Amino acid sequence: MAAGLTLVFGIMNMVNLAHGSLYMVGAYLATTFHGWTGSFLIGVLLALAGTLVVGVVVEVVALRTLYERDHLDQVLATFGLILFFNELIAIVWGRAALYTSLPGWLSGFVQVLPGVRYPVYRTLVILVGLVVAGLLWFVVTRTRLGMLIRAGASNRTMVAALGVNIRLLYTIVFGFGAALAGLAGLMAGPIYAVQPGMGEQILIQVFVVIVIGGIGSIRGALVGAVIVGMVDTLGRAFLKPMLATIVLPSTADTVGPALASMLIYMLMAAVLAFRPQGLFPARGI
Amino acid sequence: MASRARAIAIVLGLLALAAVPPIAAALNQPFYLDLFRRIMIFAIAAVSLDLILGYGGMVSFGHAAYLGVGAYAVGVLGYHGIHNGYLQWAVAIGASMLLALGIGAVSIRASGVYFIMITLAFTQMLYYLGISLAAYGGDDGMRLASRSQFPGLLDLRNATVFYYVVFAILVACLVLGHRIVNARFGMVIRAARSNEPRARAIGFSPYPYRLGAFVIAGAMGGVAGALLVNHTQYLTPEFMHWTRSGEIMFMVILGGMGTLAGPVLGAAVLLLLEDVLSAWTTHWQIILGPFLLLAVLFAKRGLFGLLPGGGRDG
Amino acid sequence: MAEPLLEIRGLTKRFGALTATDRIDLDVRDGETHAIIGPNGAGKTTLIGQLAGDLRPDAGTIRFAGHDVTGLGAPARARSGLARSFQITSIFREFSALDNVALAVQAHAGHSFRFWRPARREVALRDPARAMLERVGLGGRADVLAANLAHGEQRQLEIAMALATRPRLLLLDEPVAGMGADESQRMIRFLADLKGRQTIVLVEHDMDAVFTLADRVSVLVYGRIIATGTPEAIRENAEVRRAYLGEDALV
Repeated sequence: MAAGLTLVFGIMNMVNLAHGSLYMVGAYLATTFHGWTGSFLIGVLLALAGTLVVGVVVEVVALRTLYERDHLDQVLATFGLILFFNELIAIVWGRAALYTSLPGWLSGFVQVLPGVRYPVYRTLVILVGLVVAGLLWFVVTRTRLGMLIRAGASNRTMVAALGVNIRLLYTIVFGFGAALAGLAGLMAGPIYAVQPGMGEQILIQVFVVIVIGGIGSIRGALVGAVIVGMVDTLGRAFLKPMLATIVLPSTADTVGPALASMLIYMLMAAVLAFRPQGLFPARGI
Repeated sequence: MASRARAIAIVLGLLALAAVPPIAAALNQPFYLDLFRRIMIFAIAAVSLDLILGYGGMVSFGHAAYLGVGAYAVGVLGYHGIHNGYLQWAVAIGASMLLALGIGAVSIRASGVYFIMITLAFTQMLYYLGISLAAYGGDDGMRLASRSQFPGLLDLRNATVFYYVVFAILVACLVLGHRIVNARFGMVIRAARSNEPRARAIGFSPYPYRLGAFVIAGAMGGVAGALLVNHTQYLTPEFMHWTRSGEIMFMVILGGMGTLAGPVLGAAVLLLLEDVLSAWTTHWQIILGPFLLLAVLFAKRGLFGLLPGGGRDG
Repeated sequence: MAEPLLEIRGLTKRFGALTATDRIDLDVRDGETHAIIGPNGAGKTTLIGQLAGDLRPDAGTIRFAGHDVTGLGAPARARSGLARSFQITSIFREFSALDNVALAVQAHAGHSFRFWRPARREVALRDPARAMLERVGLGGRADVLAANLAHGEQRQLEIAMALATRPRLLLLDEPVAGMGADESQRMIRFLADLKGRQTIVLVEHDMDAVFTLADRVSVLVYGRIIATGTPEAIRENAEVRRAYLGEDALV
């Protein structure tokens, strides 16, 4: 999610609040196609393709005009898109959460380390994350497309002047970002609830990730995501017990969870205060 | 000064608002009283946002936080049996000012999209805080035990009295806002928005002034929050959700950024639109979404901005 | 001789592998008009940026009026008496010409945490602003929106704003850039009028302006000052001619 968002922001200098909506689309499409075809894998592939198409359509129809505008306009316009998508999903699929099932070969556990059992699916998610990271790194640093993307990030006009079809490049980048969001969405389906509004819940966290990692930097997105994920999970798990050693257990009970959920935001505030460009400042993916 | 056309529009608008209670009574439709009271409360919030957004250029996506804090101040005190309006509202304003000070101090150092994101994040933080405070209703929120009491002075349980209280506060905010943006303070904020390097080059450090504006806007937001919870008599963390911030921002944009009166119009239009649309279909947001998108793309100056008024100074 | 008004020592700024200003030493005496010339890419913009307070130098010091200002940002420097104009005209476009200058006056007229009185009615701000507009020749255009002024008028406005802060040093970044012949002459005459009463540091390409106005000239090439002297001396300096103009003789 973070990689896709940071790519769009870093390259096209566009804040896309509707990124979360693409995540949602991915989740919904995957669930639906899985239901129709009975095959998880086909569902995944179709969902990816579908999200890509939706992303491209949205880009061509609505977002093109926003590149030139200032961030406020982009924020507001994409906010309008969020409302639209949420309702669209609600109209087609209803407001209740969808049930996403996992195929047999993905349920169950696997021995990751001696004595440590971990769900197969979640292991897969981690693996996919690593593969995507590697793929992104490869594309961005080793291919022509990646070079064009990086050049476009530094100097849009120059790249256009050199004869590259900037609009096509932007559409590709956006499509890429959409696909990433869709991938995240369909992977999240079995773990989190698939319902309208799911995009916004994760979007904020994604923004925290890219602020911490550095807007526009893919490496930052990866590191940021890991940091945020760990801080959030460990915080929720350990903060309450830790607090209980210092203050009364009853206080820890109320304050603990509240503080835990605020942890990542406090982290972001700290990063912004001391190193505003993030841990891995961009323009150098 | 505002041009003729704009001044007339403002006066007419305020007269119309003042006339709602008698008209609603005559038509025997108390619903309108409620509706316009709600509009005015959001108008106050929108005007406060306009101060920092339209005049200061600070795109704060976290304005709902101040409404929430104001509302919770009243709600929480009420829960503990304190219904004195003076105390409640003083705490509401004080708390939102402190919050604005804290959030502003950290956020205003950042610029552009970072500022947007950090204000957004802080609002969400408060939202989660609200949810996790199970004692005060958590996710579901809680009822307000009683409206703020101003013994001997006002009875807010009287719908009409309450209406005019809100009206008076709205007018006061408009007047205050108008004075602020045209005073030295406002000129600095507007200059920094217009051309920050230039402002710095003549000797202004924008930071303290921006922080000041942020705090003032936060205080006004807190007032709006206190009024809102009295109006709805119900309190939920949803007040602080960032989508609320987005709605208020839309009111400002739709009505006309940087005009003070525009946001009032924007609040009216947006809430009326929501009302009308939701009568048609429960899926009214699907119309509102693209409508807002189009508004941003094509009608940047807002409805009030369409009136001739010579730019945005004063 | 009294301490120079502006004293730059060892000023260095690097951007990655590029050293834009390389251990620059420069003195500007009180009351003089000092021009800085150099071919494009010589580092003039970087130098101005560091003088104005927009850029932090990597090494070196800047002393202004006896104080070390190296660590100060632009607003603080402006408040201590350094005023500047920008290479690309930078004004408050949504405000009137009078408002623009009044803002400059306001920045030096006490704090601005005043919330009630309309600033436009403050005589202490308006009168000096009006006077300054008259002085630069924009008296009749006081109520025109800055964005609607002609390009040359906007540059005049910038000078008015700079002067309105009653600076000890005026830092002008290509003041006649983009002006037609008539406008240039007017600006040069105006600046000539300021000479002596105002210390001016002038970055310019226009040789006419430089030779009319400058008491001394410093030549910046590849981030280093290669020569400082009177205009005539610079004109004759072989190294300068070679670096700046190739083999052609100066006019």
